[in-house]
Amino acid sequence: MSKMHITTTVNGDDVEFLCDPRETLLDVLRDRLGLTGAKEGCGTGDCGACSVTLDGRLVCSCLVLGAEAEGKRIGTIEGMAKGEDLHPLQKKFIEHAALQCGICTPGILVATEALLKKNPDPSETEVRYWLAGNLCRCTGYDKIIRAVLETAADMREAS
Amino acid sequence: MVEVNLWSGLRALADGKDKVEVEATTVGEVLDGLVKAHPGLKDAIDAGVSVAVDGRVIASSLTEPIRPDSEVFLMQRLKGG
Amino acid sequence: MALDSLKSEGFKQVGTRPDRPDGFDKVTGRAKFGADATAPGMLHAAIVRSPHAHARITRIDTSKAEALTGVKGVVTRADFATGLKGENWNILENVMAGDTALYDGHAVAAVAATSPLIARDAAKLIEVEYEILPHVTDVDEAMAEGAPVIREGAADKSVPPGLHPNVVRYHESGHGDVDKGFAEADLVIEDHFRTEATHQGYIEPHACLATLGGDGKGELWCCTQGHWNVQKICSALLGLETSQLRVTASEIGGGFGGKTTVFIEPVALALSRKTNKPVKLVMSRSEVFRATGPTSSTSMDVKIGMKKDGTITAAQGVFRLQGGAFPGAPCEFTAMCAFAPYALKNVHQVGYDVIANRPKQAAYRAPGSPMAAFAVESVIDELCGQLGLDPIETRLKNASKRGTKASFGPTFDQIGLVETLEAAKAHPHYSAPLKPGQGRGISCGFWFNHGGETAVSLALSEDGTAQLAVGTPDIGGSRASMALMAAEELGIPYENIRVTIADTATLGYNEVSHGSRVTYASGLATIEAARDAVKKLCARAAAKWGIPEDAVKWENGCAVPSGPNAGDFDPLPIDQITKRMGATGGPIVGHFEATPEGAGVSFATHIVDAEVDPETGKTSVVRYTVVQDAGKAIHPTYVEGQFQGGAAQGIGWALNEEYIYGEDGRLQNAVFLDYRIPVASDLPMIDTVIVEVPNPGHPYGVRGVGETSICPPLAAIANAVSAAAGVRLHELPMSPPRILTALEKQRDG
Repeated sequence: MSKMHITTTVNGDDVEFLCDPRETLLDVLRDRLGLTGAKEGCGTGDCGACSVTLDGRLVCSCLVLGAEAEGKRIGTIEGMAKGEDLHPLQKKFIEHAALQCGICTPGILVATEALLKKNPDPSETEVRYWLAGNLCRCTGYDKIIRAVLETAADMREAS
Repeated sequence: MVEVNLWSGLRALADGKDKVEVEATTVGEVLDGLVKAHPGLKDAIDAGVSVAVDGRVIASSLTEPIRPDSEVFLMQRLKGG
Repeated sequence: MALDSLKSEGFKQVGTRPDRPDGFDKVTGRAKFGADATAPGMLHAAIVRSPHAHARITRIDTSKAEALTGVKGVVTRADFATGLKGENWNILENVMAGDTALYDGHAVAAVAATSPLIARDAAKLIEVEYEILPHVTDVDEAMAEGAPVIREGAADKSVPPGLHPNVVRYHESGHGDVDKGFAEADLVIEDHFRTEATHQGYIEPHACLATLGGDGKGELWCCTQGHWNVQKICSALLGLETSQLRVTASEIGGGFGGKTTVFIEPVALALSRKTNKPVKLVMSRSEVFRATGPTSSTSMDVKIGMKKDGTITAAQGVFRLQGGAFPGAPCEFTAMCAFAPYALKNVHQVGYDVIANRPKQAAYRAPGSPMAAFAVESVIDELCGQLGLDPIETRLKNASKRGTKASFGPTFDQIGLVETLEAAKAHPHYSAPLKPGQGRGISCGFWFNHGGETAVSLALSEDGTAQLAVGTPDIGGSRASMALMAAEELGIPYENIRVTIADTATLGYNEVSHGSRVTYASGLATIEAARDAVKKLCARAAAKWGIPEDAVKWENGCAVPSGPNAGDFDPLPIDQITKRMGATGGPIVGHFEATPEGAGVSFATHIVDAEVDPETGKTSVVRYTVVQDAGKAIHPTYVEGQFQGGAAQGIGWALNEEYIYGEDGRLQNAVFLDYRIPVASDLPMIDTVIVEVPNPGHPYGVRGVGETSICPPLAAIANAVSAAAGVRLHELPMSPPRILTALEKQRDG
C-alpha cells in the first residue's frame, strides 16, 4: 500500500511524515516521529494513555488516523514543559507522588492540562469525571485528584 | 534432635507422621534429614519448600541455623506478586 | 539480623517525603518503558494465537506468510529447546504451544517482518489446522467426574488417590480438633463462595526488544518485575548459556505480579536468532487479557463456629483454585492465609490446584489471599451480625498476636494486627454516622511477605556523591526509598544518591520484585552496602590519621575519632576522603549479597462505606479507610500509595472485574471497555493510616507493604453491601446483575 504524505505541526514545530493509511496517529508519533511519551495501553480508546490534543481538543491518539493530522496542530506530553521549567501540573504530580509506575502519567497530564484550560476551577467530581477516560491501576486516583485540585488552586492564585 | 512439623498434606508421604525428628543444625540439614528418614518426601521438598524456624519463615536459605529446641515447621515455598 | 544493627529512632531522612529521583523523567514522557526502545534494522513481530479453548494442532503452514514481501522469519515450537522438564517445560508450553492448544489465545506461531503492519498481515496468512477437543473452564466442572482431561500425569504426589486428573496439587494443614470445636460453638455458619478470575490490569502491555545471534550471545530489553528470572528462563527455553544473555529491565508500567514470568520474550529471542536482526514484540491489550497470567478463579467452602461472646471455637475451609492449563494455582497460600488473622485452637484447611482450559495463572498481589479473606471475613461478619457483636471487637477478641500459634503452623513473632484493629476502631470513620441506604463493612487481611536473593552495589564518586545499583525493578517509587536509606547511612543529602536498576551483567542474581520484598530486601541490602562503604571510608580516615580502624566512627557524613582516646582530629567529610581515594587504596564501593530471611508478615484492617442502588443494583463506595502495618515507613507517601492502589484494585475485584468465558471456551471480554477496572469517577478518596510495628528482621523494622492492601477489600465491600442492602453476596464480582438478582430473591422471600 502506498504511503501518504502528511504535513502537520507537533508541539509548535512543523513536521512532515509518510504513513500507511492504516496507521494511527499514535503509531506515527511513536514509530515515525520518535515521540514515545504517548503510550499505547489498549489501542481501543479505553485507557487514555495515548492522550494528545488535536487543534486543542483532547483525543485518544490511538483512535485518530495519522492521515487525519494533515494541517492540524498536535500537542503531546513532550511539549508540556517549557525548556527546563516543568508545567505546574508536572511539578505537583512529582510533589504529591501522583504517579507510581508512571505509564499513565503522560496521558493524565495532557488530559488535565486540557481540563484546566477549559475549567480553571473544577470540583473534585468534575476532575474525576474528566479523568474517567484515563485509567491508572497503581494509585487509586487519590493523589492524582489532589494534585490536580491543588495545581488548579495555585494557578488561579498566580493568574 | 530437631522436631520438624509437616503440613498434614505430607503425612501420606511420611508414613502417616506429621512430626519427624531429625539430626540437624541448619535448614539444609533438616531437609536432608527428612528425605533420609522418609524418601517419599523428596519430590515435595525438591518442588520447593520454606522452613519456619521459631516463627521466622526461611524461604530458601539452607544455611540458617537451627537449635535443638527450635520450633520448626515445613511450609510450601513462598512467593508473591 | 543482629539486634545491635537495629535502628528504631533518630532517623534524619528515613520517614521524610522527598520527590522521587525518577519523577522528572516520568512527567515529561522521557522515561523509557518496554515498548519505547528501538534498534537499527529492527523487525516487528506478531503472534498467531489459537481461537479454540482446547484443540490438537494438526498442521501449520507458514509458506504464504513467508512469501509476503517484508517477512523475514517465522517460528513455531520447533525453534525452541527440547527435553525441558518441570516448570521450564510448563513455561515453554505456555509461551508456544506444542501439539495442543490449551486455551483461547494460546500462541502457536510467530512472525517477524519489516513493519508492524506487515507482521500483522503475515500472521493472518499462517494457516493452522485444528482438531477441536472438549474443553472445560470452570473450576468445579474441571474437578467433576467425566470432565475433559487437560493433561494426563500432570498431578504431583501430594494429590490423594481418587481425584480427577485435573487436580494437580493438594494442600492440607491445620491443628486441633475442628469437630470438637464446632460442638463447643453457640453458632456455626457454613457457606459456599465463588470468585472469578481477575487480571492485574497493568496499563503497560508486555513489550520487549530482543537481539540474539547464532553465536548464542544475546541482549534483551523488556518490561519485567525481575530480569534475572527472565534471563534464567529464556536461556533455558532457547538453549543458551545464562551468562551470554544480558537482560535490561525497562521502566515498568505496572506489574502487580503479572510481570514475574515470561510470555513474549522467548518468542522475540527465537525470531531474532532466526532472522539475525533485532526483533521488537509488543502485546495488544486483548493479547494481554487472553494470554498472560490472570488470577485463579475459586470455589470455596468455609465453616466457622463462634460462642455468644465472640470467641471462635473452630474454623474450616476448602479452597479449590483453577489456575489455567498448568499447575501453579496458589491453593496453599489461599489455605494458609485464610485464617491467619485469628488465634484458633481448632483449624483445618484444604487447597486444590485444578487445571482447566484457561491461560496459566500468574501472581497478583498477595496471590491467593484475597479470595480466602473474602470467604472467611464474610462468614465472620455473618456470625457477628447474627450474634449481635461488634465486628472490630470480635476480631480483636480473636486476633493473632506475638506468641499465637498461626493457623498455618508456626508461632507468630512481633506482628501488628491488634494495632491495626485498634487504629481502625479509633478512626473517625468507624464512628461516623451513615446516611440511609448506606452500610459499613470491616475486614482484616494477611500476607506473608518475602525476602529473596538480593545483590546491591554502592559506588562512591570523587565528589562524595554515591551511585547505588539495585537489581529490583522500581514499580512504584522504590528508588526513592533506596536513596533515603543510603542517604541515612552515609549521612549525605538524599539528592546526592543516584539509584539505577542495574542489568543482569552488572550485579549478582536478584530475585523478582515480588512478595512485597523490594523495600525490605533491597532496602536491607542497600543499608548493608552503605555500611560496608562507611567501613571502608573509616579505614581511609584511620590510615590518614595513623590510628586503628576501630578508633574511627561515621557521623553526619564525616569520619570522626570514636572517642577521646582515639586522638584529636577534625571531622573528615566524605568528599575529602573520596577526592583522594584513587591514591589511598583505590575506588570505594560498598556491596552486599545475601538472601535476607526476615521478611515480617503483614496485616491490615479496612473500613468501607457503600451504598446500593436498588433500581440498578450498582454499588457505590462512598468512604474507604485502609489501616495497615508497614513496620517502618521509609517514604510514607509511597507507602500510602501502595495502600490506596491495593484498595482500588480490591474494589474492582469486588464489584466489576471478571473473566467471562462463553460456552465455546473463548474469553468474551478481552478489552478494557468490557473488563472494567475502576476509573476515577468510581472511587472516593482513600484514607490511610500507617501503623508501625517494627519487623525484627530488618535493620529499620521495614515490612513489605505492596500486597496486603488487596486482601481485605473484597470482604469489606461484601460486608458493607450486606449492611446496606440486607443481601449477602457469595460470588464475585458483586456486579449490578448479581445484586439485582439477590435483591429480587430477597423480595420474593
